[in-house]
Amino acid sequence: MMEVCNCIEPQWPADELLMKYQYISDFFIAVAYFSIPLELIYFVKKSAVFPYRWVLVQFGAFIVLCGATHLINLWTFTTHSRTVALVMTTAKVLTAVVSCATALMLVHIIPDLLSVKTRELFLKNKAAELDREMGLIRTQEETGRHVRMLTHEIRSTLDRHTILKTTLVELGRTLALEECALWMPTRTGLELQLSYTLRQQHPVEYTVPIQLPVINQVFGTSRAVKISPNSPVARLRPVSGKYLLGEVVAVRVPLLHLSNFQINDWPELSTKRYALMVLMLPSDSARQWHVHEMELVEVVADQVAVALSHAAILEESMRARDLLMEQNVALDIARREAETAIRARNDFLAVMNHEMRTPMHAIIALSSLLQETELTPEQRLMVETVLKSSSLLATLMNDVLDLSRLEDGSLQLELGTFNLHTLFREVLSLIKPIAVVKKLPITLNLAPDLPEFVVGDEKRLMQIILNIVGNAVKFSKQGSISVTALVTKSDNRAPPDFFVVPTGSHFYLRVKVKDMGAGINPQDIPKLFTKFAQTQSLATRSSGGSGLGLAISKRFVNLMEGNIWIESDGVGKGCTAIFDVKLGISNESKQSGIPKVPANPQHANFAGLKVLVMDENGVSRMVTKGLLIHLGCEVTMVSSSEECLRVVSHEHKVVFMDVCTPGVENYQIALRIHEKFTKRHQRPLLVALTGNTDKSTKEKCMSFGLDGVLLKPVSLDNMRNVLSDLLEHRVLYEAM
Amino acid sequence: MDTLVAQLQRQFRDYTISLYHQGFLDDQFTELKKLQDECSPDFVAEVVSLFFEDCEKLIGNMARALDQTGNVDFNLVGSSVHQLKGSSSSVGAKRVKGLCITFKECCDSQNFEGCVRCLQQVDIEYKSLKAKLQDLFNLEQQIVQAGGRIPQVDI
Repeated sequence: MMEVCNCIEPQWPADELLMKYQYISDFFIAVAYFSIPLELIYFVKKSAVFPYRWVLVQFGAFIVLCGATHLINLWTFTTHSRTVALVMTTAKVLTAVVSCATALMLVHIIPDLLSVKTRELFLKNKAAELDREMGLIRTQEETGRHVRMLTHEIRSTLDRHTILKTTLVELGRTLALEECALWMPTRTGLELQLSYTLRQQHPVEYTVPIQLPVINQVFGTSRAVKISPNSPVARLRPVSGKYLLGEVVAVRVPLLHLSNFQINDWPELSTKRYALMVLMLPSDSARQWHVHEMELVEVVADQVAVALSHAAILEESMRARDLLMEQNVALDIARREAETAIRARNDFLAVMNHEMRTPMHAIIALSSLLQETELTPEQRLMVETVLKSSSLLATLMNDVLDLSRLEDGSLQLELGTFNLHTLFREVLSLIKPIAVVKKLPITLNLAPDLPEFVVGDEKRLMQIILNIVGNAVKFSKQGSISVTALVTKSDNRAPPDFFVVPTGSHFYLRVKVKDMGAGINPQDIPKLFTKFAQTQSLATRSSGGSGLGLAISKRFVNLMEGNIWIESDGVGKGCTAIFDVKLGISNESKQSGIPKVPANPQHANFAGLKVLVMDENGVSRMVTKGLLIHLGCEVTMVSSSEECLRVVSHEHKVVFMDVCTPGVENYQIALRIHEKFTKRHQRPLLVALTGNTDKSTKEKCMSFGLDGVLLKPVSLDNMRNVLSDLLEHRVLYEAM
Repeated sequence: MDTLVAQLQRQFRDYTISLYHQGFLDDQFTELKKLQDECSPDFVAEVVSLFFEDCEKLIGNMARALDQTGNVDFNLVGSSVHQLKGSSSSVGAKRVKGLCITFKECCDSQNFEGCVRCLQQVDIEYKSLKAKLQDLFNLEQQIVQAGGRIPQVDI
């Protein structure tokens, strides 16, 4: 017998095929349901970040349980025991629970998941934006780099053409331009001329007037301006119709005024002058001018302006330098020519002078001799005339030679000591005979403070006085002549540009010669001192004279650092000739108000003697200086041997050097000074100041070429004696 | 009764003579006085003050050099003494000059204690000379203010 089971027996046993398919499907579902969580677990384990693990577990449980349900279902197709049913029920219950829980959880989770998606989108956008900005920055940085490189290129050369060419080339390259052109203002400033282009090798001479509105627009601003490709400045080459012309930008380039374009008073143009730079993008591209590109162009334009002005300055200075060199060469040649001319003239004069003087002397000498012999009155008259004429001629020759030597400065005064009072008396005695004949009394007034013994050029001073007094006698027909000599301080009667300052050992002698003769027209006074000019009428010309006398006197007076002038109240009212000359005072006549030891008149002539004192010790230096100043010397002080060598010159007559400090350095100076002054008469005398005068020191001094030794501290008498001895035994070049 | 001027003049003369006799000054000082005239009326005062400045500086140098115990630069001290000797003989500071000679010997023999002693003595000596010369110059001033003439003192 068959058991009765509770399960439902299939109604259609013929549908066993259907059942089989269901069976298989369930099986596969179960397998899938089991494998999905496995896969999930596997991949989640692989990925590090997954925030919803718990959900996954839930989901996994749900799936597993579903799977289990379907699996258990497999057993329910056939008769199954109650255990199976129980298990099935449990499984289903669990599955229900889990799936409800999952459903509830999903409500919670899905908005989150969705927002994740939005955030992801947002971030993607942001990333895209940053990428774009990065791109922009990179472009800008590249541009900046281009600018720097461009600037570097432009500023690395001082040649104008290179600068401009480089600019155009580099700009063309950086910005990938089709054409780049530079328009420069012409000399007149009325037009712009195409000076440089990038592509065209030889730009044709092409100008546009500067007053075009587009040009004004560009010149009006410092920014780069977009202009129409059809404007005259942008039409650089024949354009084929089919091209779409690329955009054009123009910018002004300020030309600083030191550039060498000359401009003639263009009133409407401001002081600033500009060139125009035109840049064209390629014609067939759709490129547009970006802001950063235009900025680049502006920067470059500025740099170019600076570079151009530098180049211009350089050109200018090179030109100036070349000019200067030419001038120098020309001056040099001129100088040498002048020197040659002077030499030639001097030679000529000397020779002629000699040649002329020899016969002249013969004439004069023989005429004088002839005068001594027996002559008839007629013969005597003739001989006298011959004598007078030849004397005159001799004087003339002397004057000419003197003047030419005076003019080129080769004349030098011969200084000596002489008696001033005697000089005046001599002059007077020379003039007196003529004056007596003309019945003109001459008086001489010497001021009481006039020094007796003075230092100066005796011969020439006599020449001056003779000339002036001679003129007074010559041009006076009646009246008296007075000669006054005095010592002058600054006198308000002196001409305003000449100030008299008596220094210690010099004074200014003023001589006034007043006559009551013909007088001079005040207008003629300036001409008096000009060579060869005579103011007298032809009638009085016979008095002779070459007209050189006053000119020569003026030259001599100037050489003596003085001044000469003539005052007259007018024609017929006489005139006064006045001159000042600088003379040195000889020591004998120096006023002394202090008690001093009576000096040996032959020796104590130290007035103005230039000495150099070298001593490292400040105190003893000061004492030595005081000593020498007391004796009337002019003292220069140095404190080291280097300074001594630097300062010593042929003007210093004696050098006192302190050799107290141990060592031979101080003695070396003596050797150096010997080297420096090879001519014996130029070398100063060297005296050593030392603390001991034993034999070895003296020998040492001798061996180093010193001329004397003094024991420190030096007394006044000692110093005086030593100086006298030195100056006497060593005969000096000038008589002081 | 002597007038103020005469009194001052006598004082001046006595003081000057005493300075010479005590050995503070010697003939060189007389020579210096000879160089004073209308052109340089303060010559002696200038030279003397320059000398005292020099003294101060040199003594300072020497003191510093001698302070480097164990490492004394006797050359430096020696050259300073030499300078001082030169200066003092130029102005006629007899005692200072004498001390300098002794000092130099100490330096040459590198006698440290001797040098220190000499330095102290030189310091004292120049200061006292300075004071005495100051008195002398004051006397001169008083005489001039009182309307008198500074007497010529022959030693």
